[in-house]
This record gives sequence, C-alpha cells and structure tokens, in this order.
Amino acid sequence: MKAPSFAYSKPQSLAEAFELAERPGAKVLAGGQSLIPSLNMRLSAPELLVDITGIGSLRGISVEQGVVRIGALTTHAQIERSAEIRKHAPLLAQAVTHIAHPAIRNRGTLGGSIALADPAAEYPACLVALKATIVVAGRDGERLVAADNFFKGLFEVDLRPGELVVAAEFPAILKEERSVFLELARRHGDYAIIGLAAHKGAETRFVYCGAGATPVFAKRASAAKDLDTGKKALEKDLNPPADLYNSSATKLHLAKVLLTRAWNTLTTSH
Amino acid sequence: MGKAELPLHAPGTQVDRGYIGESVPRPNAQRLLQGRGAFIDDLRLPRLAHVAFFRSPHAHARIKKLDFEKARRADGVIGVFDGRAVAEYCKPWVAVLGHLKGIKSPPQHAIAIERACWQGEALAAVVAESRSQAEDAVALIEAEWEELPVVVDMEESLQNKTTIHPELGDNICFNRELDTGGVEEAFAKADVVVEDTFHFGRHTGVCLEGRAILADYNAAEHSLTVYQATQAPHMMQDIFSRHLGIPEANVRVIAKDVGGSFGIKVHVYPDEMATAALSIMLRRPVKFVADRLESFLSDIHAREHRVKVRLAVSKTGEIVAFDLDDLTAIGPYSVYPRTSGIEGNQVVNLTGGPYRHQKYRAKMNVVFTNKNLTCQYRAVGHPIAVALTEGIVDLAAQKLGMDPAQFRKINLIADDAYPYTFPSGLKFEQLSHHKALDLLLKTMEYSKLRDEQSRLRQQGIYRGIGIAAMIEVTNPSPAFYGVGGARISAQDGATLRLEPTGMVTVMCSVTEQGQGTEAAFAQIAASAVGISIDKVKVITGDTGVTPYGGGTWASRGAGIGGEAVLLAGRALRSNMLDVAAAMLKMDKTELDVEKNYVVNLLTREKKIDLAELGRVAYFRPDTLPLDFQSELTVTRHYTPRQYAFAFTNGIQASLVEVDVETGFVQLLKHWCVEDSGTVINPMLVDEQLRGGVVQGIGAALFEECVYGPDGQLLNGNLADYLVPMAGEMPDIVCAHIETPTRQSQLGAKGVGEAGTAGAPGAVMNAINDALLPFNARVTAMPFTPERILKALKKV
Ligand SMILES: Cc1cc2nc3c(=O)[nH]c(=O)nc-3n(C[C@H](O)[C@H](O)[C@H](O)COP(=O)(O)OP(=O)(O)OC[C@H]3O[C@@H](n4cnc5c(N)ncnc54)[C@H](O)[C@@H]3O)c2cc1C
Repeated sequence: MKAPSFAYSKPQSLAEAFELAERPGAKVLAGGQSLIPSLNMRLSAPELLVDITGIGSLRGISVEQGVVRIGALTTHAQIERSAEIRKHAPLLAQAVTHIAHPAIRNRGTLGGSIALADPAAEYPACLVALKATIVVAGRDGERLVAADNFFKGLFEVDLRPGELVVAAEFPAILKEERSVFLELARRHGDYAIIGLAAHKGAETRFVYCGAGATPVFAKRASAAKDLDTGKKALEKDLNPPADLYNSSATKLHLAKVLLTRAWNTLTTSH
Repeated sequence: MGKAELPLHAPGTQVDRGYIGESVPRPNAQRLLQGRGAFIDDLRLPRLAHVAFFRSPHAHARIKKLDFEKARRADGVIGVFDGRAVAEYCKPWVAVLGHLKGIKSPPQHAIAIERACWQGEALAAVVAESRSQAEDAVALIEAEWEELPVVVDMEESLQNKTTIHPELGDNICFNRELDTGGVEEAFAKADVVVEDTFHFGRHTGVCLEGRAILADYNAAEHSLTVYQATQAPHMMQDIFSRHLGIPEANVRVIAKDVGGSFGIKVHVYPDEMATAALSIMLRRPVKFVADRLESFLSDIHAREHRVKVRLAVSKTGEIVAFDLDDLTAIGPYSVYPRTSGIEGNQVVNLTGGPYRHQKYRAKMNVVFTNKNLTCQYRAVGHPIAVALTEGIVDLAAQKLGMDPAQFRKINLIADDAYPYTFPSGLKFEQLSHHKALDLLLKTMEYSKLRDEQSRLRQQGIYRGIGIAAMIEVTNPSPAFYGVGGARISAQDGATLRLEPTGMVTVMCSVTEQGQGTEAAFAQIAASAVGISIDKVKVITGDTGVTPYGGGTWASRGAGIGGEAVLLAGRALRSNMLDVAAAMLKMDKTELDVEKNYVVNLLTREKKIDLAELGRVAYFRPDTLPLDFQSELTVTRHYTPRQYAFAFTNGIQASLVEVDVETGFVQLLKHWCVEDSGTVINPMLVDEQLRGGVVQGIGAALFEECVYGPDGQLLNGNLADYLVPMAGEMPDIVCAHIETPTRQSQLGAKGVGEAGTAGAPGAVMNAINDALLPFNARVTAMPFTPERILKALKKV
C-alpha cells in the first residue's frame, strides 16, 4: 500500500492554483483524508498533487447579513468548535460530530467533502437541506451553483477542470426555524448506513445521505402533512442501494425510523 | 519464613510473595510510547531489498501463463520469481498431525504453482530496491487464467459436488465423532428437549502491526538470521531450518517488539517462507511487511462454524445430555504446522464444559473451501463452544420458566467435585464455578438489574442480561501438539544471570507481543531472587540468546514461562547464597536475600550488598576458597505434565439495550469473573481480560469476513470490516477467584484468551433476553442491525 509516485506543488494563490489544477493528471489536495488513502490503495494515480492548503483566502467562517459562508479549507474540527455555526447553523453543528474521528476532523475540510461528494457524507445532505449555494471558481471567475444542482451523480459534482470549490453559503437559521441531523452508523465515526438532514423553515426539507448516488431530497415526504403520509411517501422518494450489511429494504425501514424521530423533534416546540 | 522453597500457594505458610500480586507497570511501556519500539518495519540493513507479491485475483483458477517481462524491466527491480523458482529453495509442507486421526491436506508451496486456490494467494514475488518500486512492478505482471469452479459454501463443500483437491478424494479435511453412549436414550426419556442452530461468522485477528519478516542470509556462514513478528521463534527456527535446508543452529530467529498477535503470528505463512527463500536466492536481506489489504487476504481467518446442538433436560432443570453437530470450513489448505483441525476439535472437547451431565455425543466435519485459510486465533474453539452451550442452556431455562442464573446453579460442576473427568475425556484439576457465579451475581447486582429490566420494559426500553459460564484450556502439555508429531515445544526455559553490579538479566523463551509478559517475568524474577524490580532486565524473543521453548500461544506464557523464571530465580538465589556464605564464612542456611542485600535469615540484618557480592564473584574470585567456584548464571525449564491442560474457569455477563426500531445494540456493561490461579499482576490480567472481551464483542456484533459467491472477499479493508472500537465498548468490570494450579510452584494458569472465549456467548444471550418479549431470537453472529430487525420481523 504505497502510493504510486507523483509530483507535488503547493501554490500560494488562487490564480496559481487554477493554473496548476488545469494540467493533465492534476488533482487538488486539501485535507488529504480521502485522497491519500485512495492513492495508497492505488485506486487513483494522479501525476500532480496541487496542495491548496497554503491559500489563506479559502479558510474561515463568516456570518454577514443573514448569510453563513464557510471557506472550502475550513476543517471539520473548526466547524465543530465554531460558536457561530452552533448559533446560525445548528444542522451542521449536529452533523459534524458524526464525521469520522477527531484526528480526521482536524485535517478534513468542508471543500474536500463536498468536492468528493461521497453519497454517505453528511455535509452534502445538510447543504441541500439548507438550500445552500456552492461557490466555485476557476480561471474564468466565480460561479454560484445551487447545492440542489451541484451533486450530480455518484462522486460526480458540477466542477469543471481547473475549478475549485471556494466556499459554501446558506441562510443563517431564523428564530422560528428548526433543524435536526440524525444518522445511524454501527460505530462512532463510520460513514452512516443512512442519515437524515432535516430543516423546517418556510419550506420543510428532509434530505438523506446514504440513500442514493447523491444526497436524496425526499420531496414527497417533505411535503407531507402528517407523519404517516410522510412515511408512505418515503417509499416513492427513496430507493436506497443495498450495502454490504444492509438490504435496500432495511435501509428504507431505517429511513422511516429516522423520519419519525426527526418529525417528532421538529414538531415539538422549543 | 522468607522466600522458602515452597509453592507460593503452600497452605498455612507465610511465603513472601514479593512483587507477585502487585500491579507493577510494564517496563517496556515507556519505550513504546516514546516511539522507540523495534518493529520489523523499523529495521534497515545494508543492501536491504523489499518484496511485494502478485496475488491471485481469482478464488480458484489455473495459471495458464505468467509474463514477467515488463515487471523485470521496471525501475529498481532486482528479480521476479514464480512458484517453481522459489520451490528450488523451499520445500513444501503438509499440515497434518498424528493425533488428529485421518486429517488430510495437500502439499502447500511458498508460492503457488500452477493453480491458485483462494483470492489473495501469492503467485509471484517481485523483489526491488523499495517496496513502492516492487508494488509498481507487481502491477506490470501479466497473467492468463483458466477459472475453475469455486466452492465457497461449507454445506456445499461437504456434499462434495466439486472436489477442490481431486487427489484427496473429497473435501473433508478432518472429522471426528465422540459418543459416551446412552445419548439417544437420554433424549428419548428427557422431559424437555431444546435444539437450535448457531452460525459463527468468519473473522480475523486484526493486529496493529501487520505480519512482518526480514530475512538475512549469509552465504559465507550458510546462516540465516530472521527478524520476524512471531509468537514462536523456536518453532520458526526449526521450520526455516528444515524447509530451507540450513542447519538448525545456523538459523537465528529474532522477534523484537511485536505489535499484537492474537494467534495470527504463530503460523507458517507462504509469503514469509518465500521471503526467507528469496534472501537465500539473492544472498541479501529481504523484507516483507504485509499491508492492511493483503493482511485481510492472507492473515489466517478463524471461526466460520455452523453448529446444531440439542440439549436434554429434566423438568427440575438438570442437564442430562448434549448432542452436537459442528461443521466448519478452513479454506483450501490446513495451516502448517498446527493444522486447521484444532478449532473444530476444541469445539468437540469443550462443549457443555462447565456442566455436570455425563452423556455427550458429537460429530464434527472440517471441510475445504476456496477462501482464505483459517487456523488458530485467540481462544480457538472456545467462543463457539461457550456460545452454543450457553445459548442452548438459556433456551432450556426459558422453556422451563427458570431464571438463567438459577439454571446454572443447578448444573455447574460442584466446587468440591475435583479432580473431575468430563465426558469428552478432559480432566479438570480444580475449578471454582460456583464461587465464580456467586461473585458474578453479587458484583453485577443481578436481582437489582432484573428488577430494573422489567420496570424499563413497561416504558418500551428493552434491556437484556446474558450470562456465559466457561472452561478454558491453558498451559497445554505436550498432549496438545507434541504427541501429534509437531515440533512445537510445550516446555519453556529461563536463564537468569547475576550481573556484577547486583542486577539480574532474565532470558526467557516465552515472547512478548505487547501483552506485558516481560513485566510479569521481571516481577517473578525479582521476587524469587530477592531484589528490587528496577534491577531486573528481561530479554525475550531471540533463539540465539534464550533457552529453547514454545513461545506465546494457548494462554501459556505466564504459567509456563513464569514457572521457569521462578525456578531459575530460586536456583540463582541459592547460588548467590553459596558465594555469600564463602565470603562471610557463615552457613548458607543462616542467610537470605532481601531488597538487594544478603541478610541474616533470622535477624534480617544486612550482611552484603549484592554489588559487593558480584564484584567479588566476578573480579576477585581469588579471595574466595580455592575449591569454590561461583555459578551465577542458571537455567531452569518447566513442562506441564500431570494434566493435559491447566483448565481455568470463568463466567461473564453482559447488559445490553436493543433499539427494537433500528436493531442497534448498545452495550451497557460487561462483567467478567475469572479464576486463572495465582494472579501475578492484577493490572495486566485485567487488561488481558478487557482486551479479550473487546475481541469477543467484535465477533458478536461487528466482525465478519464477507465473501461473495465467487469467493471474493468483499470487505477486506478497515472501512468495511468493522473492528470493535472504543466508542462502542462498555465498561468491563473484572473480578477474580484464585485457585492456583498445584502442578507448579507459581500456581498461575493462563488468562490471555478468557475474555474472547466468553464474551460472544454473553452478548448473544443478553440480546436474546432483550428480544424475549417479542418472541424473537438471533443465533447468527455477528448480530448486525439487519439480522436483529429480521428476527423482529421488521424487515
Ligand atoms: C476513517 C475515515 C472516516 C471518515 N468518515 C467520514 C464520515 O463519516 N463522513 C464524511 O463526510 N466523511 C468522512 N471521511 C472523509 C473525510 O471527511 C474527508 O476529510 C473528506 O471527505 C475529504 O476532505 P479532505 O479535505 O480530506 O479532502 P481530500 O482528501 O484532500 O480530497 C478529496 C477530494 O476532493 C478534492 N478536493 C478537495 N478540496 C477541493 C476543493 N476545494 N475544490 C475542488 N476539489 C477539492 C480532491 O481533489 C479529492 O478528489 C472519513 C475519512 C476517513 C479516513
């Protein structure tokens, strides 16, 4: 399990990074918590690693005019410890504790997680639930992509060659809004068998992770007036792929259990 | 009366036990924590080459062609070799034992020739200047295959529709039947008969340090030095010698720090034998460190049993008879040299072990399949025998409407019934089942827990309490392997040397794998000699240095190696007193050694500092009488002989909560009462118990090597194969009964496997106790959420 040999560069500016990332065989390196294992297992063999962790402008959490912005290089640990996230984005605050283990959270980044788009990852589901915007940038400038459109397929996102994820932005939670994140994993820190990011604002969104190739927004269940209708509707919304230990039917059952639990939390008053 | 020449457990005497019974910290802990461990991966030798293996992607295939052209031309490659080339230097082996009647297995080569029989079997070796260059070149090997029919299911293997090794006639590696007689009649007359089928998943021992070897052949001496992560250096010395054709004394096996073993590192692995052969072929040191992916494909797996068991019980709750049918699959070869017949054999030996019945019938088949090999892993056979016994016992209690603890009270062998012969023929010296059960129930506050359980059930919270009593094989005599013709030592030795400054160096043939054996030996040596523990240095794991011995396996290290250290320590003290007597012109019987001084036996007055004794003995022997020669290096050995095994007993309990909506099991608490004889170091014993329980919980809830119908391992990595982790583990409460074995002066029995032996059964019973209100029951380990949901008919 030794990585095949590769070249390495560490740009200090975005412009430099765009240029390097465009080269054939180039791959962006952020926290390395997903990329390095895949190199060591020889599942991918990029020729050039472009380490973006030197670019300061990609870091940091800000809340301005009701919008929360999280830079791509912000680590899971920084999100976990952020008082602003706890206050303005409780969904993410709840979700982040389910991501891996402290050592991984110290290095892994938001940008890496959403660029990779593991179907069981927590952030993508949260961002869809929060109707977030993904800020991407390349040589030709910035593009804003709605989270709903960003996650296109299995490990497939709306990023063009040479483009980076720069940040994610979403509205800060309002007083009357509620959100809850639940997931089922057999061990703390494992990717979830199934997870649910639920947000109740003007619109209610139940978005599942581990339930399809991308985060799955359960539209019918989200529109349901009562829980029983919601659970029934879930059968149409979800067709979760079986994994090593769970059939599709088991996952659907577990999705309903999570829906019930989230529903009860969202509908009980503070 | 000082450190008299009496057993530590001699009745009525005040023997000074010194450090024995104290929680002394292990001397190697700080070194390991500071990153100064000497693992194989840390070793660099001049001209060191690295090997990587080309492994079969198919579970069963004929090799039509292997093309090494491109691989040979890759950067840094020193050579690429197939099975035939390596076979010129390394003789194949056949893993059978004389006392396992009828066991059969085909010859196995270091690198397979012509045919691959499991996915992951090594088919070619690439040696290069670095491991990554070797891996690059492995990817360039081109192979052509003819895929062969694959046997993955053990029932199918037993039916023998496809025979994996046609020359053997069928797929049965080994079978055994045992019948005390009277079983049919007992069942016919029984008031209650219960029966069930249990499945035990195939899993493996995941060592922190992968298997590792560095072989260094020296052509000038025709000698081979092997640095290896192994539990049995002398066994490996013998094997390298015989299979590579190097005189035994020219082979030196050194096992410095070993990062966990659990039985994984006590077997002969083809890739490791190939590494040693390659060192000879290339006349340079060659290193192989198994990476995690190849560990899953090539470290031995274990378990994978399907067991049908029936129990006949009287209406007053007395067990009358056990009837057992075990089927287990071991992969395409029996593993050398211990064979893969032992686990099934143990299941037959141990089923029903704690109980009083005298009628027992067992049938057991060990079959070949096209999966990775299985062999002895921590607690060999015990987790299976314990879980199926305790599972069926609970079912009987349930059917009788009897409390499971009460049912055990009625049936456990009485504490005054020893020596006792069990229906499978095993003899028990002295066990303490009832004392252990009483202590367990008291420690866990059993009746309070039962009350709480029924109260919570009213609130829709489903808790379960599971108990598992057990017996365990420890300190094996030559009856385990030696009588079957295996060149595996059941005796061990210790050499103690007094250094001139009054320190003592201990060299013992039992090895250290991270369990703290060296700390126990230091305690025993210090206590036996009469010195403080900081004056003791322990060396293990080097055939060039230590006495001959078996090493670490079958819960034998402390009991057997420790006894050798004790005997050698007493002999050294006696020889030290000879020197002191000569120096002081006193009678030896008037003297003793205490806290680094020779003292007057009666007054305890200090007579000579041991540093002074050492100085005189080594540098000024001219001042001693002309006819006196000091002997300050002594060696003693110990072999357990009166009993085949020093059986221990123990009992565990598990408290769980089952989420009946999700099928998730939360482990709330675990208790473990163990009688392992003399406890040398309570902290180390509890660590062994707790670590063992965690590994047992792994079997019960998490770990399974999942294979597809084509014989592909589907979860051979640490993301998909779930090892138990700290976050899910309960608090584990340990308590002890001490019934020393009278076979030795030390009285210590083994404890290393006890936790693993009992935990799966306890957890299974706890889950089934929680599921009782739903009339649901699980019997296939690991108990995944899905299996529990299925039992609950929720999916
Ligand atoms: C044991 C373990 C358990 C884990 N469990 C979880 C879990 O439960 N939930 C979870 O969500 N994750 C989990 N992870 C993954 C972890 O969260 C990673 O940190 C994350 O998926 C990737 O972030 P990274 O910064 O490490 O990215 P890297 O590994 O550096 O990169 C990942 C991919 O994203 C690309 N990339 C990275 N940053 C950018 C960017 N700004 N723009 C464009 N492309 C980019 C890289 O090119 C690469 O393809 C786990 C990881 C491990 C090792």
